Amino acid sequence: MESKEKIIFTRPESLTDRITHYCPGCTHGVIHRLVAEALDNLGVREKALGVAPVGCSVLAYNYFNCDFLEAPHGRAPALATGFKRLRPDMIVFTYQGDGDLASIGMSEIIHSANRGEKFTTIFVNNAVYGMTGGQMAPTTLEGQITTTCPQGRNVAQTGQPIRMVELLAALVTPAYLERVAVHTPQHIIKAKRAIQKAFKYQMEARCFTLIEVLSTCPTNWGKTPEEAINWLEDDLIPYYPLGCKKDPESLERDDGAV
Amino acid sequence: MAKILMKGNEAIAEAAIKAGATNYFCYPITPQNEVAEYMSKRMPEIDGVFLQGESELAVANMLFGASSTGKRVFTTSSSPGISLMQEAISYMAGAQLPVVIVNIMRGGPGLGGILPAQSDYFQATKGGGHGDYRVLVLAPSTIQEAVDLMMLSFHLADKYRNPVMMIGDGMIGQMMESVEIPEKYTEPELPPKTWAATGARGRDPIIIKSLYLDPNLLEDNCSILEEKYDRMKKEEVRFELYKIAPKNKLLIIAYGTMARICQTAIDELEKEGISAGLFRPISLFPFPEDAIYKEVTKKNISDVLVIEMSTAQMCEDVERAAVGKKPITFFGRTGGIVPSPEEVMEQARKLTDKRKPKPGKKKA
Repeated sequence: MESKEKIIFTRPESLTDRITHYCPGCTHGVIHRLVAEALDNLGVREKALGVAPVGCSVLAYNYFNCDFLEAPHGRAPALATGFKRLRPDMIVFTYQGDGDLASIGMSEIIHSANRGEKFTTIFVNNAVYGMTGGQMAPTTLEGQITTTCPQGRNVAQTGQPIRMVELLAALVTPAYLERVAVHTPQHIIKAKRAIQKAFKYQMEARCFTLIEVLSTCPTNWGKTPEEAINWLEDDLIPYYPLGCKKDPESLERDDGAV
Repeated sequence: MAKILMKGNEAIAEAAIKAGATNYFCYPITPQNEVAEYMSKRMPEIDGVFLQGESELAVANMLFGASSTGKRVFTTSSSPGISLMQEAISYMAGAQLPVVIVNIMRGGPGLGGILPAQSDYFQATKGGGHGDYRVLVLAPSTIQEAVDLMMLSFHLADKYRNPVMMIGDGMIGQMMESVEIPEKYTEPELPPKTWAATGARGRDPIIIKSLYLDPNLLEDNCSILEEKYDRMKKEEVRFELYKIAPKNKLLIIAYGTMARICQTAIDELEKEGISAGLFRPISLFPFPEDAIYKEVTKKNISDVLVIEMSTAQMCEDVERAAVGKKPITFFGRTGGIVPSPEEVMEQARKLTDKRKPKPGKKKA
């Protein structure tokens, strides 16, 4: 008898079947999947190159089923620049956390964006250094407790958390910059759309593309996975508003200037 | 190609192009800017890649990415810039990537000055960055040799899948000499670059990395590197001898431009009846230690004189090679000051006088 059951949800070809090392409740796995689905949908896995950062996703190359480079801390955009300049026919993406991109790699990301490098950055912002054990990041919220600000982040001494996509949007060079979150199915769908659009722009060699993904870190936030999702919704999103900050389709800027 | 008059920096750039390295990343720093200026003009003509990065830190990491494609890539810089590149050089050595880095050295430490020096010998030959690795280091003494070694550097980088560094003092970059650059660099065949990241089409993904969290795997990687360095020590030692003769009492050891000045000094000393020979290391890693041992321990040699534009950096390797067999005297100038032939001769005279029998004393 013919089975009526059909498999409608499978592992993307762009992911390996390895079990990840990510903590329970961490959304790195979801983001990996969204990137992989985008590569699958666009049929570019076989000409994709990922660049892994230093941070929790340092081992991302074990989970993606495409060629990968493992970069020094913060330098993924420089590696991506060098590679893509020589192989403009390939699809290149960096996958970076907030310590990697917004602290030690600030120079590399700003200049890559400003040169309009035709690669895609997946910027995973969980407001903390994860792999090293929960230290303060440039994105840590005011008052947020970490192992290096046990009294809560004091912005008088450490400055305000950096809003990366807004900062990059201030550059004159065209880019596609959007902030998304992955804490609810609805947000995941939106995030997937943004990531796929970024890769599509890259395939068209239109502009630099960066998607900032707000992500959870229950372990270093000292929260249960459920509490972490709520904290992301209630605390992170108000400071890091979601949405598209820059798109070559609409060159108008927020201040009305064109 | 006929001989033409060329500035060192430009000759280096053209030699790289002839070796198939049409991918260049740079950051401005004196005294090597002519390489970047030359490449920025030439790359669009031949559909190569020229990119001025935001810092030497970024440039070296761009090389990391670019080299991963399997194509020949290079950068040029000078001492403080090379310091900034050490991070990526360590990673590229660990990940076994072939790149060529040229250091047109200026005086240090710190911002130092912009005049010629050889004070980055330790940095180049002893690792520079963190971890158990070496780069293959070549040091030309003429512009023609800079051209030849530049092309060879790309071959050796590919042969060993390791960073190769060519170091020249500022004069190598700034001096003009007649050179002959072949239309195309001919080299022994190399194996296909199956390690390059070219897209996982019909094969498993290629991962280019230096991370091995399992200590056994990291040790395995270090052993692979160590085997390569041992092979370099067997196959890539290069040096040149000048006026080595049984009548010599003195052996002078110098590299790069300094060696040419020593040649002039040796010619002049000969007229004064002092016969000395020159040993010029061309490969600084691997260091020609066996050959130096052989020359130093020759019965006729009573003194070894090491001359550098630094404070006795290569001299440590000479001492290591000579294992105390003969007295070694060092003379060097720093700050961008180049020892003159007369200064070298003065050192040689002192050593020769010291060995002369004292007047009024009978030989035992």
